[in-house]
Amino acid sequence: MRILVTVKFVPDLQSQRSFTDGAVTRTGDDGTMNELDENAVEAALQLKEAAGEGEVYALTVGGDDAVAAVRKALQLGVDHAIHVSDAGIAGSDVFGTAAVIAAAVRKVHDEAPLDLVITGMAALDGLTSMLPTALAADLGWSQLTLASGLTVEDGTATIVRHLPDAHENVAAPLPAVVSVTDEANKPRYPNFKLIMAARSKPVATWTLADLGVDASSVGAGAARTVVVDASPRPPRENRVTVTDTGEGGVALADFLIEKGLA
Amino acid sequence: MTTVAVLVEARGGEATQPTHEAITLARTLGTPVAVWLGGAPDPAQNARLGIHGAAEVRVVPAADEARQPARAAAALAAATQDADIVLMISTFVNKEIATRLALLTGAGVVVDAAGVELVDGHVETLQTVFAATWDVRTRIAADKAIVAVRPNTTLASPAEETGAATTVVVDVELPEVAETIVSVEPVPASEGVPLAEAPVVVSGGRGTNGDYALVSELAELLGGAVGASRDATDEGWISHEHMVGQTGTTVTPALYVACGISGAVHHRGGMQASGTIVAVNIDPDAPIFEIADFGVVGDLNDVLPQAIARIEEHRRG
Repeated sequence: MRILVTVKFVPDLQSQRSFTDGAVTRTGDDGTMNELDENAVEAALQLKEAAGEGEVYALTVGGDDAVAAVRKALQLGVDHAIHVSDAGIAGSDVFGTAAVIAAAVRKVHDEAPLDLVITGMAALDGLTSMLPTALAADLGWSQLTLASGLTVEDGTATIVRHLPDAHENVAAPLPAVVSVTDEANKPRYPNFKLIMAARSKPVATWTLADLGVDASSVGAGAARTVVVDASPRPPRENRVTVTDTGEGGVALADFLIEKGLA
Repeated sequence: MTTVAVLVEARGGEATQPTHEAITLARTLGTPVAVWLGGAPDPAQNARLGIHGAAEVRVVPAADEARQPARAAAALAAATQDADIVLMISTFVNKEIATRLALLTGAGVVVDAAGVELVDGHVETLQTVFAATWDVRTRIAADKAIVAVRPNTTLASPAEETGAATTVVVDVELPEVAETIVSVEPVPASEGVPLAEAPVVVSGGRGTNGDYALVSELAELLGGAVGASRDATDEGWISHEHMVGQTGTTVTPALYVACGISGAVHHRGGMQASGTIVAVNIDPDAPIFEIADFGVVGDLNDVLPQAIARIEEHRRG
């Protein structure tokens, strides 16, 4: 079982997140591996462990600081780490990012075939959930997205997909791009031995040239969307908090009635 | 004039309220046409789509294959060749359809939009991000625009000139795909309005200890839907479909009532853009109070019955 997991470097949810020049501010200080990618790493490790053999790659795309995302994946137990970094990638939209990741996936796949690419259900900064679909389309691989359960057997992957109106079972031949939800599993914690080992594990660093990607096809110049303004929302004004001493609910109801909401 | 296609979200043979919101929004951008994937709508549905401004309903006969993003996108591409803008409702499935459609057509995509405008001939969208702490304006640079809009961000209203929409059947051969839907088990529809579309959401968290009677009673009284925090769905107190949060359902109702929910960032990300937020929590330091317009520090088992009684008394006059 050979699996590649995509991981993204995002601002920590608990930090003061912001925009700089139309892009999400990402710094080493309060950046981390996207929490939902832990479920993707976990799914890959579980499949490898169940198969009793195989290799798991973690891949990230981003500036120098983004290497922290694959280091985290190494701490969790993946075998190999790849960091795609190139100034030409900055400002890419989801289609540009997918093209870069697809090129990196092909490079790994060409060395020895992969069975799966596993991603998280969304990145907690942009939350668009578009990348897995764009990646599957670019690679021309099966698309199995929003999996809350995943099994692989005889060259076929089958997922359980919980949608608001129905629960589906969807099957497709390998190789496939699978995105897993936070219901799929409970991610493990890195143990001390893995944390120590991860420090000395090599991280492959690839550029657009290494991938054979034409710089004009990605980056800000090729993006179909551009952020023209980003500004912090003002905090809510005139907030009121009361302590219930037998009348708190009445005060709440009166507030709603006064606002025409009840 | 610009043709603006709107992908109809149908449930039980009826177009949903967010569909009518999107058609209302489409009127501000050009001439709306509705695209219906599935069996042809009945005349009453055509009439309602017409009232909101759809001149035409384009029907692509498709059954379960419309559940597959690549096939739905192919159907939509065939039905919207003349459209400069395609609007749909921001759901997980539609985000996948939007992505596939963009790859077929070269369009630019924005999802989770709270508004769409034409500025200097370009489509611009408004979104709230980072748990609704930032506003972002995005310009779509490509010639075609696909925008997935959040429910409850446009007030549906009738067009000035209305008439029943005419039906046009679009024939398209859907592509073969690698994926097979092995089984579909429908989720029983909960009573009342679906969570994502509800004008009022009353949510319960750990503080309910699994008892949703008061939360449900208040939701019903306010004409709203019942939501829950991740804690509560993880405990198995209530099904996952009720989870409000950035990995569950994102809601933007006019009123959000958080009962016994501390307000972790995962939860706030799914509700912080709501109109008015009120919170009841026994812990005065709960982060939910930082974003609540009105907060009550107290036990929800005491506070909710008082509120319910007061609202009922007010209604009786």
